[in-house]
Amino acid sequence: MTVRPLITDAKNTWCPGCGNFSIQHALKDVLAGMEKDGRSLDNVVLVTGIGCHAKIADYLNINSFYAIHGRTLPVATGIKLANPDLTVICCAGDGDCYAEGLDHLIFAAKRNIDLTVIVHNNRVYGLTTGQYTPTSPRGFKGKSTPGGTGEDPFNPVALMLASGATSVARGYTKKIDLLRTLIRDGIDHKGFAFIDVLQICATFFPVAEYYTPRVYELTGNDHTDFEAACINAREWDYSGDAPIALGTFYRKTAPVFGGNLPSRNLNTPEREQAVRDILSKMT
Amino acid sequence: MKEVSVLVGGKAGDGINSAGAMVARLLSRLGYRIYLYFDYPSLIRGGHNFAIVRGADTAIGTCGTKVDFILALDQECMERHRNAQKPDTAVIFNRDLVKSGGQGISIREILAAEEAPGIMGNSAIIGGFARAAGIEWETLVKVFSSHIPKGTDQNIRVARRAYDMLSTVRPVEPCPGQPLPLLTGNEAIGLGMVSGGLDAYVSYPMTPSSSLLHFLAGEQEKLGITVIHPENEIAVILMALGFAAAGKRSAVGTSGGGFCLMTEGLSLAGMAELPVVILMSQRTGPSTGLPTYTGQADLLFVLHAGQGEFPRLIVAPGTTEEALYWSAAAMNIAGEFQIPAFILSDKTFSEGTYSTDLSAVPLIPQGNSAAWDRSSPYRRYADTPSGISPIASFGTGGAVVKVNSYAHDEAGITTEEGPIVELMAKKRLRKNEGLAAAMSRYPQVDISGARTATVALLCWGSTAGVCREVAGRLGLRVVRPVVLSPFPKDPLMTALEGAGTIIAVEENATAQLAVLAGQHGIVCAGRVLRYDGRPFTPEDLEMRLREVLP
Repeated sequence: MTVRPLITDAKNTWCPGCGNFSIQHALKDVLAGMEKDGRSLDNVVLVTGIGCHAKIADYLNINSFYAIHGRTLPVATGIKLANPDLTVICCAGDGDCYAEGLDHLIFAAKRNIDLTVIVHNNRVYGLTTGQYTPTSPRGFKGKSTPGGTGEDPFNPVALMLASGATSVARGYTKKIDLLRTLIRDGIDHKGFAFIDVLQICATFFPVAEYYTPRVYELTGNDHTDFEAACINAREWDYSGDAPIALGTFYRKTAPVFGGNLPSRNLNTPEREQAVRDILSKMT
Repeated sequence: MKEVSVLVGGKAGDGINSAGAMVARLLSRLGYRIYLYFDYPSLIRGGHNFAIVRGADTAIGTCGTKVDFILALDQECMERHRNAQKPDTAVIFNRDLVKSGGQGISIREILAAEEAPGIMGNSAIIGGFARAAGIEWETLVKVFSSHIPKGTDQNIRVARRAYDMLSTVRPVEPCPGQPLPLLTGNEAIGLGMVSGGLDAYVSYPMTPSSSLLHFLAGEQEKLGITVIHPENEIAVILMALGFAAAGKRSAVGTSGGGFCLMTEGLSLAGMAELPVVILMSQRTGPSTGLPTYTGQADLLFVLHAGQGEFPRLIVAPGTTEEALYWSAAAMNIAGEFQIPAFILSDKTFSEGTYSTDLSAVPLIPQGNSAAWDRSSPYRRYADTPSGISPIASFGTGGAVVKVNSYAHDEAGITTEEGPIVELMAKKRLRKNEGLAAAMSRYPQVDISGARTATVALLCWGSTAGVCREVAGRLGLRVVRPVVLSPFPKDPLMTALEGAGTIIAVEENATAQLAVLAGQHGIVCAGRVLRYDGRPFTPEDLEMRLREVLP
């Protein structure tokens, strides 16, 4: 095992002040920590969607699958089922994972596949230059909604609780210590770990002044108390003026998907014999 | 040709498909080569289902409209299939529900006498058929014992009562052949995939591909494979690509509508250079169309699906022997060239049952896998003379594997630099040359009928059997490309040498193979097309051909 540089030579093209830098730093630190703990990064795979967030696949010098818009989770699920020894981390965007690929997010939570999902939730489409996303506040004026959106955002933390996610957390790009902890905890969680990260978009939705005075860290909450988690999740509706809880809302241990699948790999002669056995019964 | 045909019909939910399968096994034990066609509407209960089982002393892949036996479980069966009767057709019917000439049995009374559940009614009708056809009682016992795992003895007793009530009216003489395995097209495709190294099959239910999902899910323990049914077809193909990136051989199955959802994933497979095998089993379209009926209208769609340009293999087996061979070959070729490979089937082939002569399945050429030589740093998309980059999958020690849907450089890092974009496009497309060269080791085009006839039928896929049979009667040549991409122009030209008139026979409205062949300079003078969801029968194909023959 070699200690590798964790950043590639790829030219970074995020805007100055972009919240993606914080997520990348936090993830990089977590990876470095894993390596220090003796875990080989050869067994880590990063899966991204498409959007500003996804450039992290080019920037981090680890195995990566730079997938297509909205489709991080099925790719990551296939990788994890193919090789359960791999640590699979998804970095997804809010347009990516809450709009285009919402079905996959809900199903990944429902089946409790052992993955960590970090949603870079900047609440705007950046790469397509400023349209509303499923978590933009009501009335958001973007290029596709110049008169303001006529719909409320949905609450991804509540949605994930309802979908059966076994670890649900929220971070903020200006609270990097907490973010590091949440990512590390998510990776250590055996099951589906979801982290919604409130991320600043420096160009299209620079709302640090809105977030910073409202955020607070959940402390002392019983992570196994589902009702309490739901109450905490509903405190802020991603639109109005309310305190914004950060940290872990919920965590429980449950069977992970794939544990019940036959994992016996047959060698070629065994496989051919199995085919012959089946054919011999078909006369 | 010595042959016999049996029609069994009743309500959806009566177990007509399994009754047909039992009749097929009885005839197979008598040495007949079998083809079974199963016809059913898209509903769960009610509606009319029927199966036609045809046995012959030679390999067949089609059935006619006239039958020697009708096994009628309800009155509708008699009404609908009046035209299937010949003067000497033997009718065995359930007299509780059917009024007919022929031999009636009361299934209700037989079941009551044996205190047997309603589901065993089929055993009574099969027992009646066995006696009417003069099939020895021991043969029936053997078939029931092998294929009815639960309540075997009770089923046999039910069959015996019917067997004893009837008399032999139309004896079916045994043939000299040995019984062969009876496989549906989908079963042959699945077993072929496994022979080709399948590790994971991912699929969302859609007729007529679903029976492959069910078959592999049922046998996954024995075969040591993983079978997953996810939320939709988009997830299906992306999960399969995840398996591929982690070094496992994967395949998916669907029909046209599901494949529409897979096209973005297909294009990703092309760009990211990930192998995946796709069973695309066609049904009548467009859109929902006729879910449980057949069609061949998706050839050009599959050929062109997905944005951008990338190599793909398309094979369309027309026999179960070909399906065993080509499904394994498709797994190997997809893996060797790191490309998507299609097995293009249709309802007729996927759900039809065929006697399968394993001795006629050739050995499958093994491809070369380009393994990483551990030279550092690993570059997932290293440019090579063949265009095939050495493969390391996620989890390989010492390799940082970067798979990318964006235009990328050799290391897999996103790029927008024109020269690199062009270089990598050339690298991907260069695989076409190696693919075409590799295909010359395979039997890409099948020729049957009168091999030197000046009139040739050009067909593909499931019409293999009907074309071969009718061509035999009319003295025509049949030329059938099994490989459709890369287009086997040279072997096709060779196969068509001396054929002054080429007639396309296809189950679509626009003669898609004729269009494709025309792009390669092969001109079809005539077109015989059927697109009502039903497969050609020998009778209607012969009649239609006589209209256009020179």
